[in-house]
Amino acid sequence: MPRTLLLVGTRKGCFLLESDESRRKWELRGPFCEGWPVYHAVHDPTSGAIYAAAASEWHGSAVWRSRDLGETWALSSEGLAYDAESGRKLSKVSTLAVDDGRVLVGVEAPGIFESRDGAETWSLLSTLEGQPGSEMWDDPANQPPGHLGISALMFDRESPSRFWAIVQGIGVFETQDDAKSWTPRNRGLRADWPRPHEEVGFCVHKLVRSPVDGKRMFQQNHVGMHRSDDEGHSWVEITEGLPTEFGFAAATHPHDRDTFYVVPLDPGHGRTMPEGHAAVWRTKNGGESWQRLDRGLPERDAYVGVLREAMAIDAYDNPGLYFGTSTGQIFASPDEGETWDQIADYLPAISSVEVAVID
Amino acid sequence: MADVRLPSTLTPLFIGLPRRVELEAATVSDVIERLDQEWPGFRDRLCEPGPSLRTHIHVYVDRERATLATPVENGSRVDVIAAISGG
Repeated sequence: MPRTLLLVGTRKGCFLLESDESRRKWELRGPFCEGWPVYHAVHDPTSGAIYAAAASEWHGSAVWRSRDLGETWALSSEGLAYDAESGRKLSKVSTLAVDDGRVLVGVEAPGIFESRDGAETWSLLSTLEGQPGSEMWDDPANQPPGHLGISALMFDRESPSRFWAIVQGIGVFETQDDAKSWTPRNRGLRADWPRPHEEVGFCVHKLVRSPVDGKRMFQQNHVGMHRSDDEGHSWVEITEGLPTEFGFAAATHPHDRDTFYVVPLDPGHGRTMPEGHAAVWRTKNGGESWQRLDRGLPERDAYVGVLREAMAIDAYDNPGLYFGTSTGQIFASPDEGETWDQIADYLPAISSVEVAVID
Repeated sequence: MADVRLPSTLTPLFIGLPRRVELEAATVSDVIERLDQEWPGFRDRLCEPGPSLRTHIHVYVDRERATLATPVENGSRVDVIAAISGG
């Protein structure tokens, strides 16, 4: 019977929750990674390894790895640093992406490092040098709160030399030649602030791509939800019908190109669920209309946030949806968001939730 | 021999690394290098490229605040402290 594994990155280490295919009962393990703040933890289906991007206030940034599903862990940052002569400082490892045994990590100051030996050693792949806006983003004074740098990376499963990177507060960039060259992919996005460059200056929080139609992408932006039907070459806004235009997390349905989930948040300083009413919102028609999904979620006094990597969906025939909160709860739905259960509480603030189904 | 004392945040990261080590070294940098040879990656946990000590890592030699270049003598006590407070 398949095992369902949730990988949870928190402010105080990595946790694992495990269930079977029914996804009704969950067992919690952890904390792992010695309580280091974990910004993103992922599972590599090729090698079976778990990787966790972590940054300790004392001991710097590193990527932890476990090759036995959390039984034992080791860390390395060999090669995971900018040359001292460059003047760039690596303050945080923010996000991970894996593809066929290769591991990429996005860091701040903005850059991408890669490992081809299972996260034991690293080398610098790209700083997106020369892209519009790059002259500004190395200065910490110009960086948005959170200081994520490269806040997300997304592989093209069909073409290993192609992937997308989000520079926090700048926008989406695509490479088709393994980071030798980049193209901004932000046409049609909205920005409610002055921008010195036409192609960039957009605050993209989360980018997802339909597994059944690679041309279709969705993004949760600082200002609005957006859809692309041409692999990110152009974007249209689909915010109408949502309670707010702001949020971080997003997920695509694994079998339906039109179904997509978001977690709208109050756009002010709080950045919590509007009016304390917890809900995930779903569109089943590419953003033409939205439905509130809240059966089993707290309907009042739930001032919780959900960060950009903190929602995930599995690929079962009846997909399960999961999200973790800034106040340490994890909610799971085994039926595509129709009903929800709280499966963990009292965890440290949650940065990321990913799901793996292991045969 | 120098008497080197390490913080509890460090020892779980390296199999077999004790809280207290005695070794021969001429400077704080040498102390770290010696430990890095036995426990690869040790230097990265204490030093940034440059190299310099990480912001919240403080080292004292015979109770005086030290840098990587500070001399270590036979019989010196070297304290490595994870210095930040937090919750």
